[in-house]
Amino acid sequence: MNALEVSIARKAYRSERGELVAIEGLDFTVPEAQFACILGPSGCGKTTLLSIIAGLDRDYRGVVSRSGRNLGMVFQTPRLMPWLSARENVRLAIDPAPRAPGRAEAMLAEMQLEPFLDAFPRQLSGGQQRRVALARAFVNAPDLLLLDEPFLSLDAPTAQHLRELLLALWARRRPTILFVTHDLREALSLGDRVLFLTAGPARLALDLPLDLSRPRHPDDAAIETMRVRLLESHPDLLRGLTAGGVTESAA
Amino acid sequence: MSGALQIFRNSDFWLRCVSAAALIALWQIAAAVAASPLLPGPAAVAAALINLVLHGRLLTDLGISLARVAASFVLAMAIGSAIGIVMGRSRRIDRLFDLWLILGLNLPALVIILLCYVWIGLGEAAAVTAVALNKVPTCAVILREGARSIDRELLQVAEVLHLSWWRRLRHVYLPQLYPYFMSATRAGLSLIWKIVLVVELVGRSNGVGFQLGVYFQFFDITNILAYTASFVAVVMAVEAFAIRPLEQSLTRWRA
Repeated sequence: MNALEVSIARKAYRSERGELVAIEGLDFTVPEAQFACILGPSGCGKTTLLSIIAGLDRDYRGVVSRSGRNLGMVFQTPRLMPWLSARENVRLAIDPAPRAPGRAEAMLAEMQLEPFLDAFPRQLSGGQQRRVALARAFVNAPDLLLLDEPFLSLDAPTAQHLRELLLALWARRRPTILFVTHDLREALSLGDRVLFLTAGPARLALDLPLDLSRPRHPDDAAIETMRVRLLESHPDLLRGLTAGGVTESAA
Repeated sequence: MSGALQIFRNSDFWLRCVSAAALIALWQIAAAVAASPLLPGPAAVAAALINLVLHGRLLTDLGISLARVAASFVLAMAIGSAIGIVMGRSRRIDRLFDLWLILGLNLPALVIILLCYVWIGLGEAAAVTAVALNKVPTCAVILREGARSIDRELLQVAEVLHLSWWRRLRHVYLPQLYPYFMSATRAGLSLIWKIVLVVELVGRSNGVGFQLGVYFQFFDITNILAYTASFVAVVMAVEAFAIRPLEQSLTRWRA
């Protein structure tokens, strides 16, 4: 069964300078429990796509349907409430009526943040803030989890540690994940499948199922081989992407 | 209470004490040089103040004025905040009522006071309404700025989390508006203290403002200054023991 069905005919932004078409004719489905990566160059409409799926943007032509009701989202920046502690930020996601005591604390412990339950966001490092944001997204056991380049601008070891945490949480809970990135190695190391988007307006350029064993690491030989093969077969498609922070090039 | 204790530990507090002592010393020198009942010294004013507390009606008048200040303040903050927040969140409503706000900001306080007394009658309702109306535009302008600066990204988080309106208000909107509420509170109180005295002078038969008017008729500067000193002391106590600790507790996450 599909957890997500997307069929966007057109999404455009209007301004005084005219109309900018962000997405045009984008159709795909994501089965339940799949880890799907959306890959495209910066500014191609990936964040717009996630905003539409999350229901934050309703000004588009098309249909988006989700099978589950519980949605989680992690943004490019952690977007924690600065006036709430780590514990209170996670609690914010929990419905207060049937609130199970200790749920937020257990989730933060799972994210190795037990000593920082009462710390405010400004007292946490960038990586810790992102872990709180992940905890907030996972605490409600979402059916569908949207991640918008969640590990952007982190140093490589921290980003890799968070990827491993994310994969561990996914393996235990099996939500459907839509992970947006412009890093080819990241997509190849995380996903069951990679959806390549064109560079604005966003259309589906390539739907690539990944038959690679887990666990994987962005520097694995199998991932490097696949990356090189993709660069040779689809040089235009990969222009503007990065691999481990380095801009891709067919050369 | 810990906020109040911190004030005494703060070196700035002692610096202010030195500054206040210097002011009193200057006043004493000026009074000695003038040697006139039109400029009594601090000792004479202090003696008058004690006499008014023990044998006069200073505490009663002070209580009445403070009650008027409190009522007007609550009314003005409630109405002004609501107007400001709505105008800050809706560009159309802002454009529609911006002119009204500018008009309100520029109406002389005395005109509003006189019109309220004429239209509502020489009673408490008119006095409190007049003071509140003078304060509403200032409060609305400050809160409008606050509402405009609400972080859209945090509102998106609230949307994704499906927060109820109450939790959205409590955890997303209000914490972003607190600095503006505090700013409106400060600006409001400083304005309201002064306008209450004018309102009492013009149309009430009790309160600090009325009593100042009585003493003015007799050119009794000593009692005028005694009343003024008591009023100023209360205002400073409210700032030190209520507003500042409240502000510190609301913004502790920034520390």
